[in-house]
Amino acid sequence: MDRTEQERLITENRRKRELRYIATFVLMAVIFAVIVVLNINTGSVKISVPEIFRVIFLRQGDKVKYDIIWSIRLPRIAMAAILGGALSLSGFLLQTFFSNPITGPFILGISSGAKMCVALSLIYYIQRFGHSSSVIMILAAFVGALLSTGFVLLLSRKIRNMSILLVGGIMVSYICSAVTDFIVTFADDSNIVNLHGWSLGSFAGSTWTDFYTALAIIGVCAVVTFLAAKPISAFQLGENYAQSMGVNIRLFRVMLILLSSVLSATVTAYAGPISFVGIAVPHLVKRSLNTAKPIIVIPATFLGGAVFCMFCDLIARTAFSPTEMNISTVTSIFGAPVVIAMILKRNGGVKQ
Amino acid sequence: MSEYVSASGLTVGYNGRPLIRDIALSIRRGEIVTLIGPNGSGKSTILKTLTRHLAAIGGTVTIDSEDLSGITYKELAKKMAVLLTDRTRPELMTCRDVVAMGRYPYTGSLGLLTEEDQKLISDAMVMVNVLELSDRDFQNLSDGQRQRVLLARAICQEPQVIVLDEPTSFLDIRYKIELFGILKKMAIERNTTVIMSLHEIDLAEKISDKILCVKGDHIEHFGTPEEIFSTGLIGTLYDISPKAFNPLLGSVEMPAPSGEPHTFVISACGSGIPVFRALQKAGKPFAAGILYENDVDWQVAFSLAAEVVTEKPFEEISDEAMRRARELIDACEEVILCPVPVGSVNARLRELINYARNAKPCREA
Repeated sequence: MDRTEQERLITENRRKRELRYIATFVLMAVIFAVIVVLNINTGSVKISVPEIFRVIFLRQGDKVKYDIIWSIRLPRIAMAAILGGALSLSGFLLQTFFSNPITGPFILGISSGAKMCVALSLIYYIQRFGHSSSVIMILAAFVGALLSTGFVLLLSRKIRNMSILLVGGIMVSYICSAVTDFIVTFADDSNIVNLHGWSLGSFAGSTWTDFYTALAIIGVCAVVTFLAAKPISAFQLGENYAQSMGVNIRLFRVMLILLSSVLSATVTAYAGPISFVGIAVPHLVKRSLNTAKPIIVIPATFLGGAVFCMFCDLIARTAFSPTEMNISTVTSIFGAPVVIAMILKRNGGVKQ
Repeated sequence: MSEYVSASGLTVGYNGRPLIRDIALSIRRGEIVTLIGPNGSGKSTILKTLTRHLAAIGGTVTIDSEDLSGITYKELAKKMAVLLTDRTRPELMTCRDVVAMGRYPYTGSLGLLTEEDQKLISDAMVMVNVLELSDRDFQNLSDGQRQRVLLARAICQEPQVIVLDEPTSFLDIRYKIELFGILKKMAIERNTTVIMSLHEIDLAEKISDKILCVKGDHIEHFGTPEEIFSTGLIGTLYDISPKAFNPLLGSVEMPAPSGEPHTFVISACGSGIPVFRALQKAGKPFAAGILYENDVDWQVAFSLAAEVVTEKPFEEISDEAMRRARELIDACEEVILCPVPVGSVNARLRELINYARNAKPCREA
């Protein structure tokens, strides 16, 4: 084949790939819309689709249904969407950082660290002042996330082997959970009820205020992440190559860690630790796009995480209604098999 | 031509511990400089310091007369491209994606590629013969292909200096030749400075303008290949016998079998070389003669034979040489006769062959 022929082929393949990207985004957007409607539609009170549109777009309709949609279901869906997106993005950043697709905020113990600090501050503030604020919860979660991350980073300096590092992360996670359980055992009963529901993870009880606070934090992080798509792409070739192409590695590493910690901390502060979303979603998204180009994967991962969490929340809410499952139960059921498949594929392809 | 990369009083090492002190280098634009030296001698450490992957412990490095530590990474990326020994396995990246990364220092803040970038990427891929790999997954390539794709990436970074750490590993002979062809082309056409480390000293001799001999804790020598290969420097550098590498032929020679010679070989003009090698492989010590110093047989016999009876070029064979050859034939158990052109200058060889035929069992080779 001569050069012009080859270049024609390359251009053609590029078109095909671009088409695939567009198709994936369109598909996700459609699923997103369908799940939003389904989510509003189902529950103890059924609301028909025309009614939903009337309530949302014309702001009119039955008072009870109007309230259910606007103060219960919509904020919850919105919360599930942005927190799901944030969690997936956090996973993607950690995977980039450790150059390993099988890492995420949950498996590295970052979510558990955040959970521990939130539990501590929650009990402290409720005992002292009788209430706590979301800002304090987020700050506590952030501190906890950074603590765990810092510990994992220390480990990663000593341990080059990624699987051992993951085991280290899981241990961190167990230690944090043990501490949390310890605190819970000695806390007042009224606090425990509060804490117990939260520490299992749920999007229930989300309010618009929560949503706007979370949106502000996550929005900023997501935009910054998107703008960092270029250095992230260089980082995919490894640290040394990234530096040789002009990335200030030290600064960039700090930025990655901060972004992923803030993202997963925010999620934990509002919805508790949620498992497997951070690994499964970026993987599924990359596979369906068939690329790891950050500039495409970053928005797709966010959208995918939103869809995944809204879907899981729908199941958590409705599968055994009126009993609600916690969100991690559902995300594990759907996420863990994906992760197992990933491990099988990795170790089946290249024997170590 | 002006100096492009220089180092003075440079001390390199890991974690603040100096490994090699007081390195002085001066490399001009378009020059090809090769670092050679034994395993673990610090070639990579020096290269990593030049590429700023390691901080210098002491001294300075300048590039384009700017202090290396004062240049931003982005500026440096426009001047210098690297090919490292890191095993990089990016997920779900096509070869073209990897090559396109070379345009990084030139693209906008989102890293989008222009038509001009696409053309440069294709050019670089054509140059290293990987255009047909464009849409293949980088992870699924052979080591050699991966190396070439990474080289294409370095080329389309349009560097003024390219630093390569052991670029020939994983490459077969064809691609080694191609690689050097490409580097030479870059040096001549684009005036690119090439700095690399090599294990193959024979190739280093043939490609380099200058060679830096790195030995453990110091620099043994920095100079032209002629300087380095005409002296016994290679032997000292690698702690090997001076007979183990023949700089004239660029060939690596096995050690001569030890012991008293058992066979005497009479040859000339290359007819003896296969015999010498066969005897060496069989572990049989042998003597050879009478060989002129400018005979190609002499070059190999020098490395492999227990003793070589030698004569000066274009002289008639002396009595002394004849006497020594007869002595050796007497001591040996057999003689191997290779086809020898006998002319007026070496006429006495016929005399030696006749002597051998009468004295010992002879084999024709």
